[in-house]
Amino acid sequence: MELTLSLGIGLLVGSGVWLIQRPRTYQVVIGLALLSYAVNLFIFSMGRLTNRLAPVIDTSVEVDPSAFVDPVPQALVLTAIVIGFATTALFLVVLLAARGLTGTDHVDGREPER
Amino acid sequence: MSVAPQHLVIAPILLPLVAGALLLFFDDRERLLKATVSILTSVALLAISLLLLRMAHADGEPDKGRVVVYLLGNWPPPFAINLVLDRLSAMMLVLTSLLAIPSLVFSIGRWHRAGPHFHTLFMFLLMGLNGAFLTGDLFNLFVFFEIMLAASYGLMLHSSGTQRVKAGLHYIAINLLSALLFLTGVALIYGTTGTLNMADLAIRIPLVDPGSRIFLETGAAILGVAFLIKAGMWPLSFWLPTTYTAAPAPVAAIFAILSKVGVYVILRLSLLFFVETPDSSPGFGSWLLFVGGMATIAFGTFGVLASQALGRLAGFSVLVSSGTLLATMGLLQVDVTAGALFYLVSSTLTIGAFFLLIELIERGQDSIANVLAVTMEAFGEDGDEETEEEVVGVSIPGTLAILGISFGACAILLAGLPPLSGFVAKFAMLTAMLNPDGFGQGGTIPQSAWWLVAMLIASGLAALISMSRAGIRAFWAPLEVRVPRVLLIEIAPVVGLLFLTLALTTQAGPVMRYMEATATSLYAPQSYIEGVMEAPRATRPQREQGE
Repeated sequence: MELTLSLGIGLLVGSGVWLIQRPRTYQVVIGLALLSYAVNLFIFSMGRLTNRLAPVIDTSVEVDPSAFVDPVPQALVLTAIVIGFATTALFLVVLLAARGLTGTDHVDGREPER
Repeated sequence: MSVAPQHLVIAPILLPLVAGALLLFFDDRERLLKATVSILTSVALLAISLLLLRMAHADGEPDKGRVVVYLLGNWPPPFAINLVLDRLSAMMLVLTSLLAIPSLVFSIGRWHRAGPHFHTLFMFLLMGLNGAFLTGDLFNLFVFFEIMLAASYGLMLHSSGTQRVKAGLHYIAINLLSALLFLTGVALIYGTTGTLNMADLAIRIPLVDPGSRIFLETGAAILGVAFLIKAGMWPLSFWLPTTYTAAPAPVAAIFAILSKVGVYVILRLSLLFFVETPDSSPGFGSWLLFVGGMATIAFGTFGVLASQALGRLAGFSVLVSSGTLLATMGLLQVDVTAGALFYLVSSTLTIGAFFLLIELIERGQDSIANVLAVTMEAFGEDGDEETEEEVVGVSIPGTLAILGISFGACAILLAGLPPLSGFVAKFAMLTAMLNPDGFGQGGTIPQSAWWLVAMLIASGLAALISMSRAGIRAFWAPLEVRVPRVLLIEIAPVVGLLFLTLALTTQAGPVMRYMEATATSLYAPQSYIEGVMEAPRATRPQREQGE
């Protein structure tokens, strides 16, 4: 499971980094989105990878921390997703405005001279 | 219901939130109302932050600074989010509201008409800034950072225009990336220590076992990069001058403190996490701050010298100011940090005033005026209304004289010449660097300090050269002097900010004592840590009395 997750994160980061260096604004948006997925998965993995464990602690029995999953990273990921979603949406609007004002979807607002 | 004084701590966050949300309910045409509400809010913020400053400073006792902790949800300290007020955060709160009021007053002149929801966004920006200064939790810091940035995107794009949208696109992309770095750093730190509370982190970081220390340091470094992007350290700073130049004048003025947020967080976290642990990571990354800060000063200085337009000159001055702060922090000396804090206040006010002034001066030189005219058109403002308003507004006589004097004051402040506060700030830093064992005690001066001294003096000289050149070009060289139409309400904030720096000079003694107390408590984070960890919880009977 660790290997799958790390490979997945690595693939997302690799694609994301490549995409944000592309000259078209749409590619940059997709790159940022992929990177934020990778970061979210990474935060999630910081709570240690477990399977079929609940985050809710039953206080009636003696508590064994290894039998529960850490709820904090889950809460963090949720917040990060919401914020990332909002800012990406905002970025899309600016992207459209830039396309409308400059007439090109190049990140610098003009086509490179050939 | 009586409000206990400790509830004041959350007021700088709640007040702008409520005001900003309230303003959403009014139509954008009700400009006077909106402006009144937002200016009153920021005046209230100033009053509250001054009260908080008194509270944190414990009425002037130098070594008895108080750490006021606000436990949200009344959880016992290491858990949940808490807000922490100490001298440093109180000072930053005061500085924020001191800068906010002139920017808002300036915007009444014409800028707040150039696009929708100016005042709401401005209030949310203040909320994010105040939250970032007050929070005692690493992830909560991220949330406030994002609030601040989201509002700043809106303000940056205020009144639109091709130039602004192009610069804004880069600004947003870079900040989204730095947010991702922020999250990665926070996740790594959480993964190794299991906590996000800053005080708790300070306790646990020395206890991290050597095997996983590398992950912790990687996390701290990644987190640092995110803040250094915000502070504009070379080579992460190429976006900054373009963005600040393109932003509308009142927004650029408040942006002067945005780059100081990065500096603030680095100062707070590096001294909290890595100074009191001599056996683990002593002064982690401080040499990098020093070298990076020096490079930033150099880059900013060249930029200042090369700038033809006033806007870019101001943008590069922001870099010089950031670089100075970062490099002085890298020296890890209490007295130098005290001087740097004074410099932080002085340079933020100066750059804020300078950005406002530039717009007024360039108004006479067409370029900005044209851009503004175009955007006004885009928002359906017809020319008739504009001329009408000009009749109503009071046009002051001797405009050029006042503009020229203000420009001269800005030049003196940026170059760090007497008699204004820029000189006091530089003098405080240089004295501390050249007297490492205290004034008149001698001691060996490290070579790094000599380099920084040379750098600071050179950057001041460059600012002086560049400002004189720009001043001559703007005020003396034109054969046909076209006096820009400046309203009283637009020049008053600039003069007000400059008077603040004058007050900072005459009151340099008390202010400097405050800065020294602040720096001393920063370098002895034990009181901060204890203050947070042993914060008293509100007990139930008390709460019933309160209701």
